Amino acid sequence: MNDAATRKLALSHLWVAFIAFIVACFMGQYQVLERSGFIPALDSPSVYFASVSTHGVLMAFVLTFFFIMGFGYTIATTSLKQPVWNKPLAWAGFWLALTGVVLAAIPLLTGKASVLYTFYPPMVAPAVFYIGATLLVVGSWVWCVIMLVMFMHWKKANTGQPVPLAMFATAMNALLWLWTSAGVALEVLFQLIPLSLGWIDTVDAGLARTLFAWTLHPIVYFWLIPAYTAFYVFVPKQAGGFLFSDEMARLAFIVLAVFSLPIGFHHLYMDPEQAKGWKLLHAIGTFVVALPTLVTGFAVIASLEIAGRLRGGKGLFGWIISLPWTNTMVLSVILSLLMLIFGGFGGIVNASYAMNAMIHNTAWVPGHFHLIFAGTTVIMYFAIAYYFWPTLVKKPLFSSSMALVQLWTWFIGMSILTTPWHVLGLLGQPRRISSVVYNNLLTLAWKPYEFMMIFGGLILLGSACLFIYILAKTQLNPAAEAFDQQIEFAEPIYAVESLPEWLNDIKLWNKVIAVLMAISFGYPILQFFFMDSSGSSPWGF
Amino acid sequence: MQTEPLKQKCEQLLQNLNSQLCDFYAQLRAIHIDQLERKWITISLIVIGLFVGIIVIDAFFHGVNPPGKVETVDSASLHLNKEFAEDNLGVQVDAKGHVTVRMVAGRYSFFPKHIDVPAETPVTFRWVSMDVLHGVHIPMTNMSTMIVPGYVAEIITTFPKPGEYPVLCNEYCGLGHNHMWSNISVIAKENWTAPVKSPAKGVSNNE
Ligand code: HEM
Ligand SMILES: [Cu+2]
Ligand SMILES: [Cu+2]
Repeated sequence: MNDAATRKLALSHLWVAFIAFIVACFMGQYQVLERSGFIPALDSPSVYFASVSTHGVLMAFVLTFFFIMGFGYTIATTSLKQPVWNKPLAWAGFWLALTGVVLAAIPLLTGKASVLYTFYPPMVAPAVFYIGATLLVVGSWVWCVIMLVMFMHWKKANTGQPVPLAMFATAMNALLWLWTSAGVALEVLFQLIPLSLGWIDTVDAGLARTLFAWTLHPIVYFWLIPAYTAFYVFVPKQAGGFLFSDEMARLAFIVLAVFSLPIGFHHLYMDPEQAKGWKLLHAIGTFVVALPTLVTGFAVIASLEIAGRLRGGKGLFGWIISLPWTNTMVLSVILSLLMLIFGGFGGIVNASYAMNAMIHNTAWVPGHFHLIFAGTTVIMYFAIAYYFWPTLVKKPLFSSSMALVQLWTWFIGMSILTTPWHVLGLLGQPRRISSVVYNNLLTLAWKPYEFMMIFGGLILLGSACLFIYILAKTQLNPAAEAFDQQIEFAEPIYAVESLPEWLNDIKLWNKVIAVLMAISFGYPILQFFFMDSSGSSPWGF
Repeated sequence: MQTEPLKQKCEQLLQNLNSQLCDFYAQLRAIHIDQLERKWITISLIVIGLFVGIIVIDAFFHGVNPPGKVETVDSASLHLNKEFAEDNLGVQVDAKGHVTVRMVAGRYSFFPKHIDVPAETPVTFRWVSMDVLHGVHIPMTNMSTMIVPGYVAEIITTFPKPGEYPVLCNEYCGLGHNHMWSNISVIAKENWTAPVKSPAKGVSNNE
């Protein structure tokens, strides 16, 4: 990757992502402190909810979107060995998205948009908040277009050849995101913006929740796919071995993209506006989408075992010891998988239809998604950053031992933060509360767990600062000598020479998604237009 | 009429689809999958099938379902609504002895603020919102539902254990969300008496 302009493009995206991340980590730490009630002076619902709204938006939409875009540009240029198609357009997308973030940040930080990152109507924020969010999404669509065009250009120039796996996954992610974002885009454009500007008097809150649920599940796969991509295309080589199977990896990405879309109603299990049958249908789909994750887990562990044995590991578990634990990518994938296993158990509870009642909207839920999103996914974002940085800034990584400390502390901090969080949920604590004022004995049992969370948060905050420090130090290193490290992709054990078109293209899958979406969301959305419902007028918060 | 060409077209389309699916299947079979991975995928599918099977059987044969009765209501004019007028809120028992609880959620409480229900008896809750989105959960029980304005959230549950339980709002509904809660007393079946009249006040003397 020798083209300075592309490196600048990728670095700009990644820095926006990580600045959002570090700002939001400070907010996260404030939140655990505030909600614990140990410092009475901190107690303030208005600051708390402004903070949670901003923390949620920064982590779920800014860190992820910008990271994924920067990741995509790097993958496309290095795996296809092509410059970015239409750089001015790419920069336009960047600035559009960044403008959106700034616009949304103004009401968020001034406490005028404390509607949380899910912004469920009929509560409304000022229109500028929704307009900012829209620009951010439109900016990400620009990225999708560029990824898909580069994918197709390469295919045209290399007819019949398999698209590099990393790019196939990235193109699938772009397709996934275009479909995913359509739900929330419809909600924002036809309901929220008109409502907040007063063009319409009422909205159907049930329809809004249905459209949001369309987005809410697949968006987590949009966040996760870069992590899975690294599992398949970087980890095996870094561990000193080979990718177990190139074709199965493609199949996993296909099933992920196709089946994560039509299953969003597991977020609506407890809702009155959708009927049981639809919920059951989506519940079944939710279990189907566990399959590619199980396949991925197998592939990663198999690739690691091959590497461990090539490095001389013997016996049933000996190969684990002989893995290069001091390689940041390898350490991250091990920690990431551990968190995925525990998070996966929690996910089964969430997904289990009627069992969801036990934990729905309790503290269990943020506990679960911090483990699997802030843990499993974000630790791979760190690993990718450590891997890309020397290539992007043309300087060696400042300190890989510090990086290892950073990864371990993130894992430890996340375990300490999320374990009590899950317990609190089982003890009935609702999520999204800034203090405990219920006059009930039950709440006494909550105290020690809230206390533990403060320590988890402190470790995480330290770890996050260290992460930024290492990246900044690497980049600001005055080393004069030209350092050149290329990004290397893992080789599969069996090289693929030719692939059936459906394992090498997205067109067929686009059609399949269209059919599945029509089946699973068609009637549930249309019903609102035939129902005798009265709509809700807007409310502040 | 032009039914003949149409029929032909349909048949051709089906044939095409069929041959495409056959191709697809043949290509899928041709993919190189390691023996071990095949086993793993089989096991995964069996486990997933088991989970789905349990859920589906429970849903169809044991009636274990989340709420899901789609019923609308005008949240802006609950006071004009006969069912949810103030006097009708709280616990009511019909001629057949069936217990129904009607509750209104509004920033920042559930009304009536205290109710008594019998243990080990199916209770039908009907929740409505008078303003924004709320959620309600009675910790340690499966009485959990979202309360979406414009809809009646109906849920039937049985409380196994007598005791005093809080009723907590579990969806962010504004800056006072922390304060949104009320009480429910679950009373041993034999000690519970049906409220006679005007359950709206919900005043209870066992506090
Ligand atoms: C320093 C580390 C962190 C701490 C201490 C922390 C803590 C918190 C707390 C206390 C909440 C409020 C939950 C509630 O009110 O129920 C929250 C919300 C949230 N966090 Fe974090 N967090 C951290 C890092 C992260 C990371 C890395 C991510 C994702 C990349 C993340 C994503 C979110 C999201 C999306 C929400 C919004 C939840 C909602 O609206 O209910 N957090 N966090
Ligand atoms: Cu989901
Ligand atoms: Cu509420």
